[in-house]
Amino acid sequence: MKNVISIRDLSREEILHLLDQGEKIEKGELKPDHSETVMSIVFFESSTRTRFSFETAMKRMNGKVITMSGTKGTSVDKGESLGDTLKTVANYSDIMVVRSGLEGTQRYASEIIPIPVINAGDGSNQHPTQCLLDLYSIRKTQGKLDNLSIAVVGDLRYGRAVHSLVYGLSHFSPKLHLISPDFLKIPEYIKTDLEDKNIEIHEGSDLSEVINKVDIMYVTRIQKERFSDLDAYERVKNCYVVSKSMFGDVKPNFKLLHPLPRVDEISTDVDDTKHAYYFQQAKNGVYIRQAIISELLGGSK
Amino acid sequence: MKKERKVDAIKNGTVIDHIPAGKAFKVIEILKIKNTDMISLGMNLPSSKYGSKDILKVENWELSHNEVNKITLVAPGATLSIIREFEISEKYNVKLPPEVSGLIGCPNKKCITNEVESISRFYVESDDGKKMRCHYCERLYPAESLNIG
Repeated sequence: MKNVISIRDLSREEILHLLDQGEKIEKGELKPDHSETVMSIVFFESSTRTRFSFETAMKRMNGKVITMSGTKGTSVDKGESLGDTLKTVANYSDIMVVRSGLEGTQRYASEIIPIPVINAGDGSNQHPTQCLLDLYSIRKTQGKLDNLSIAVVGDLRYGRAVHSLVYGLSHFSPKLHLISPDFLKIPEYIKTDLEDKNIEIHEGSDLSEVINKVDIMYVTRIQKERFSDLDAYERVKNCYVVSKSMFGDVKPNFKLLHPLPRVDEISTDVDDTKHAYYFQQAKNGVYIRQAIISELLGGSK
Repeated sequence: MKKERKVDAIKNGTVIDHIPAGKAFKVIEILKIKNTDMISLGMNLPSSKYGSKDILKVENWELSHNEVNKITLVAPGATLSIIREFEISEKYNVKLPPEVSGLIGCPNKKCITNEVESISRFYVESDDGKKMRCHYCERLYPAESLNIG
């Protein structure tokens, strides 16, 4: 594995290998050391969790991190091309993590720079490391990945975490409930891909119809920053709110996941229930990113 | 009975037959045929295979592989004949290649290919051209919705 650009590039075996490595790291059975290594974080878009968890992952392995967060004060602001910025930063680092609003930026980066590239989100396309930590969290809470019933709720149109997640899950024969307002339904091309892989899909708009049937409910934020029409955002922003009162008849193993940040889509009264898992999910991101970085730097030691 | 020829034979060049009716002008546009090039064009001719078809004969020009790729995107059932001294020296049915580089503009405005000029690559995921996937933004498009040329 040279880069992690899209979850579509990874086989079931590669995914499971990374999850296994992450698990060993979490249990302390594997302690990768990258003390001579510099990781560059090149983020053209804002981030909290992803950036911090990549930094933490690298620092836990004694590596060093250089960060460009946003373009203010950088040569990009002076008009430097994307390609030149990437090539320059690649000279200063051994592995690069890139986030961009332009879809395919990381694929392009991997073609013009000689060091491994990790996609930390490209527009509405992919967020493969989020997907891997989501799969890790699902396996950890359910004890397995195959044949689970999973509801994905919210912004299925623009949500890159959702797009990566459904492709990642497609290796594990899930029953998928895709719950969204009409306007935010999953893109047709992704549905076509899932249908081609014979994945069972049920589309709907009412989460109360599925909450008692599923093992996992993956809720996402309606992303204001992806809307060009703010009126459209106002119409759908509060369409789903998960609260404690909805958990009366859920399955005992039911877990609620969210890539975070949340706004209003999960009430804070859910946080202390046994079904809430989103903060642990974010923590799992560090183990899985340690596993990914180590794999790209030549295998976990 | 002698078959009636609707478009004159050419001495040297390329004949593109079985173009879907009405698509010949698109083929001309894609091939960037100049108004000084000598061409013969037949449109809406009867075809036993397709009902009706267009046919294009380009004098003194043998199409390269890359040019053939471009044609396939709008005329997937077309046949190409290379003519030398009035004889067919090569004839083949055009077929979509597994991937097409440098010819297609991605309709996704957020795709990196619309920021960085000179990169473009599409994978052909169905022989009928209904599934063309951008290598960069990974979206699927039918060939007819793509900006080709």
